[in-house]
Amino acid sequence: MTQRTTITKGIDRSLIWLWFILCTIGVMSIFAATYREGENVLQGFISLKTDYSRQSLFFIIGGIIGIFILLTDSKFFTATANLWYAFGIVLLLLVFPFHTNIKGTKSIIRFGSAFQIQPVDMCKIFVNLALAKYLSRIETDFARPRSQLIAAVIALVPAMISIMQNETGLALVYFSFFLVMFREGLPSSVLIIGASLAVLVVATLLVEPNTLALVLTGIAGLAIYIVRKQIKRHKNVLYLIISIWVVCVGVQRFAVPFVFDHVFQPYQVKRIYDLIGKDYVPKSEAAALEIERQLQSGTKKKGGSDNYNVKQSKIAIGSGGVIGKGLLKGTQTRYDFVPEQRTDFIFCTIGEGFGFVGSVIFLAIYLLLLMRVVTIAERQRSVFSRCYAYGVASVFFFHIIINVCMTIGLAPVIGIPLPFVSYGGTSLLTFTVMLFILVRLDADRQMVLR
Amino acid sequence: MPVFNQSRSNIIRLIFGAVFLVIFAQLFNLQIFSSKYKKMAQENALFPKRIYPSRGIIYDRNGKAILNNTIMYDLMVTPSQVKNIDTGYFCELLGIDTAEFRNRMFDARYKNGPFRPTIFEDLLPPDLYAKLEENLWRFPGFNLQERPIRVYPFNAAAHIMGYVGEVDSNTIKRYNYGYQLGDYVGRSGLEQSYERVLMGRRGIEFWIKDNKNRLVGHYENKSSDTAAIAGKNLRTYLDIDLQQLAEKLLSGKVGAIVAIEPKTGGIIAMASGPDFDPNDLTGPDKQKNYAKLALDVSAPLLNRAIKGLFAPGSTYKPLGALIGLDEHIITPASGYPCLGVYYGCPHPVKCDEHNPGHAANLRLAIAHSCNSFFSNTLRLEIDNPEYRSARKGLTKWKEYLNAFGLGHRIGVDLPSEDGGLIPDTSVYDKEYHDQWNSCTMVGGGLGIGQDKMSVTPLQMANAMCIIANKGYFYIPHLVEKIDGVSTDSSLLSRYLQKHEVLTHIADDVYEVVMSGMQDVVEIGTARVARIPGIDMCAKTGTAQNRLVLDNKAVYLPNNSMFVCFAPRENPKIAIAVVIQNAGYGATWAAPIGSLLVEKYLNDTLRPGRVAEVNRIAGTNLMPKYLVRVQFKTDSIRAAEWARQTGDSTRWLKYQDPVFRRVSLDTFHLNNAQPVQLKTPVMKPKEIPTIVPPDSVTN
Repeated sequence: MTQRTTITKGIDRSLIWLWFILCTIGVMSIFAATYREGENVLQGFISLKTDYSRQSLFFIIGGIIGIFILLTDSKFFTATANLWYAFGIVLLLLVFPFHTNIKGTKSIIRFGSAFQIQPVDMCKIFVNLALAKYLSRIETDFARPRSQLIAAVIALVPAMISIMQNETGLALVYFSFFLVMFREGLPSSVLIIGASLAVLVVATLLVEPNTLALVLTGIAGLAIYIVRKQIKRHKNVLYLIISIWVVCVGVQRFAVPFVFDHVFQPYQVKRIYDLIGKDYVPKSEAAALEIERQLQSGTKKKGGSDNYNVKQSKIAIGSGGVIGKGLLKGTQTRYDFVPEQRTDFIFCTIGEGFGFVGSVIFLAIYLLLLMRVVTIAERQRSVFSRCYAYGVASVFFFHIIINVCMTIGLAPVIGIPLPFVSYGGTSLLTFTVMLFILVRLDADRQMVLR
Repeated sequence: MPVFNQSRSNIIRLIFGAVFLVIFAQLFNLQIFSSKYKKMAQENALFPKRIYPSRGIIYDRNGKAILNNTIMYDLMVTPSQVKNIDTGYFCELLGIDTAEFRNRMFDARYKNGPFRPTIFEDLLPPDLYAKLEENLWRFPGFNLQERPIRVYPFNAAAHIMGYVGEVDSNTIKRYNYGYQLGDYVGRSGLEQSYERVLMGRRGIEFWIKDNKNRLVGHYENKSSDTAAIAGKNLRTYLDIDLQQLAEKLLSGKVGAIVAIEPKTGGIIAMASGPDFDPNDLTGPDKQKNYAKLALDVSAPLLNRAIKGLFAPGSTYKPLGALIGLDEHIITPASGYPCLGVYYGCPHPVKCDEHNPGHAANLRLAIAHSCNSFFSNTLRLEIDNPEYRSARKGLTKWKEYLNAFGLGHRIGVDLPSEDGGLIPDTSVYDKEYHDQWNSCTMVGGGLGIGQDKMSVTPLQMANAMCIIANKGYFYIPHLVEKIDGVSTDSSLLSRYLQKHEVLTHIADDVYEVVMSGMQDVVEIGTARVARIPGIDMCAKTGTAQNRLVLDNKAVYLPNNSMFVCFAPRENPKIAIAVVIQNAGYGATWAAPIGSLLVEKYLNDTLRPGRVAEVNRIAGTNLMPKYLVRVQFKTDSIRAAEWARQTGDSTRWLKYQDPVFRRVSLDTFHLNNAQPVQLKTPVMKPKEIPTIVPPDSVTN
């Protein structure tokens, strides 16, 4: 009895409840997406052969692990954060010799036939811990660029490794840690520059190159005209504007085409073009052949033609209407029109089955979770816990918006799962562990952890 | 511990909220604003499966099914399910080679995708079906699918029934019956005219399909499905026994026979020669058979009973008399002092009879078919003092004939009927530059059924009905009633309307005309048609005709014609028989008409008459010039083929002198010099033109 009080003491029940609700919705959605008429539901759940039964199993395992985490001392996490990070990097590197090639990704290690792990997925927890640890060090003065650089390196090393493992989507997740750094005092200019760069890249894709160059030149000219008085006093302003202009045109003329042609895989370029509704014409014969080859061999990750995926996904969600067709009534999701619908496109099942109302309620639960995590973050005494909580919020946020935007045609197809809902053991356990560590840390919010 | 940058937590909250708002907006746009996704989802996942009703059956007057439905089987293949089959054995069963097998599998995949069944071979012959059904378990992915088709148990009435074929895009556009490509539709004959009732109503079952186009189940428990309703059956006036006899008598001949029941206008038999077996156009070889029929220059697909145009010749004469009688220009006592030639006009008209007094009155004139008498009658009709001008006289005369159903489509319930021609003033104005009078026509032979006049066998038979009925007729038609449709429906109501066309002739005057026609059988030209115990009224006709072939006019044997009705009292059947290029009317047409009357009225033939049937049926009267025409069109086609494809083997066959001699050996035409043979050259196809016969005898 006493033990029980220690577990539950200071625990934020709302987070546990949100976790429970989301996982339940997840199992139900997977059931709706994969159940076939005539199957025995009970047998399906017991046999562990169906996707929904496995997801339920992982749900239960997640709960047990969660209890263990709640029983752990909070100091354990601060003490071992760097160790975990080192472990994560080693695990990531182990993938190179031991990976199994599944659906084109090289990021999965298999044990036997049934069990497999994807280190890049789990590494999120370790990075989050290590980053929080680094930011909470007394020696760290985050105002210094050197510290900012180190923080960025901590976050982006696993991302680089996972890009090398053909797992670009999950690599992108690590960029979400910039939100943590932003909270901890990263200059706004970094975010503004980042956002401007993003706008520039999008503009490069959408606008004809020469027109864009002209527009950029026009903006630069206008800026010089407006600040002409300052220029008279400080020549440096003029140089700054000119150098910005040079960088912009350089990005637009050379950097983006270079990245598209040499860094991205042709199929990734195609996905981006699909999103903005342009036909991707490969520059070289070789690139065209490469796309063809990837399509043929399924090297391209997950599913059939992306355009087809997104189209079917939009049809499924769009046909849901206001209140949806009801559970197990959706014709699109029931009959495999949407590929990968139990994993990355699970949101279609909810969109088609429960319509606009259901989708908004579902997303509102997520928003509630995010807001709650931010609130919890702000009530921490220790920087470590706060940073960790923001890390959780950032990673969840990134996963949710990229995944949902992908299914409704607002983002390119990046195969990352919807937290707690998408089918997949690693993903469910990773998110669960992340959340429960937060709950544990929050229970000790009065402590100062380093 | 100082908390820096706490305000930034609100910025982060703001970012979260803003991004979620964007997502909500897009969801609103997708799910509530745009309706296209609902439609696309339906197209994606719903498959409206058409359920075909069986077409209506067509019965004859005695309730025998002239055509019926039967089930044949298509061999379907679902390419994705074809695994580990013994291809060699399969090909051996079907009689194809493995290359063909691969081709067809490729086509099936290409057409319908690998997951949906596609026709591998359609309409299997029964023996092949039996073999396949036994062995089907060896060939996963193949199955047999029922397909209803037409069968014709009597092998008869091909032209009347028409045939069923896949609907073309024009028909889909023209009729709003909801056809879709691949549907079957009546393409000629009754199948076409009564398509609306025969087709029934298609049903639709909504099926749910998955992403690979497999049907996985019914949509909403069949609540939105509609059931198929079978087509309605047609009850016709046809007597299939008589029809078979008529077709038998026409074998080896070009011509037509029409038999009508005068009291109702119901068509008892309608045959056209040469004809074809209707079963040829339903089975597995229908494409091949159709091509063969379509390329035959004797045009077996043509229904000459409604589309063949002939000068009526002497068979017109009773009609000429009726017009005169109705206008009160002649009386039964009228006569003409004919001595073998009609001299009333500058251009004399010959008459076969020379005896004085052979046209002393109407009855004698009809019995002896006196050309002078009827030429004179026509002049009297056109120069009728009542109208005071030849133009008005001719117009009135034409009105009479039009009312008899001549010179325009009579309105039989078969598609693409021809109307024939009864000349009016404009025809003569054009040819004679307004300089014409009654003698112009008499000289051309209009008074004796020649000149510009042409009629169809159906119209000739109908004209007989007018005499038999003493002044009225019903539009000839085949269908008496449609099961489940009242007879005054729009389809049948016009056939119930009585057409009174002669109102000024007393019954005893009709008797005179009938007596004249009966004399034709008793003592006149058609004595061969006499049947003991039956009073038959008849008229023979013989028309010369010629043809331009290879730029030469060629005189062909006469058209043999015969019209009759019987019995004289309370007539039950009126018949018109035309045999092209066969000789005198009494030689072929009259015996044929007589056999049909006897068969119909007595229900059986006298013992000796069966031999007569066989004699006539066994005689080949196909015009010899057809051989030459066939040779020409075939060789031109072969040359065209050689030009288009570079494959000249077929063309070279026609250059071979031995083949030419053998092919053209039968080309003997009585009045023509042996034709100078020209090498077939690639030039526009010459179509033989039939010149209107220019004189008449009998």
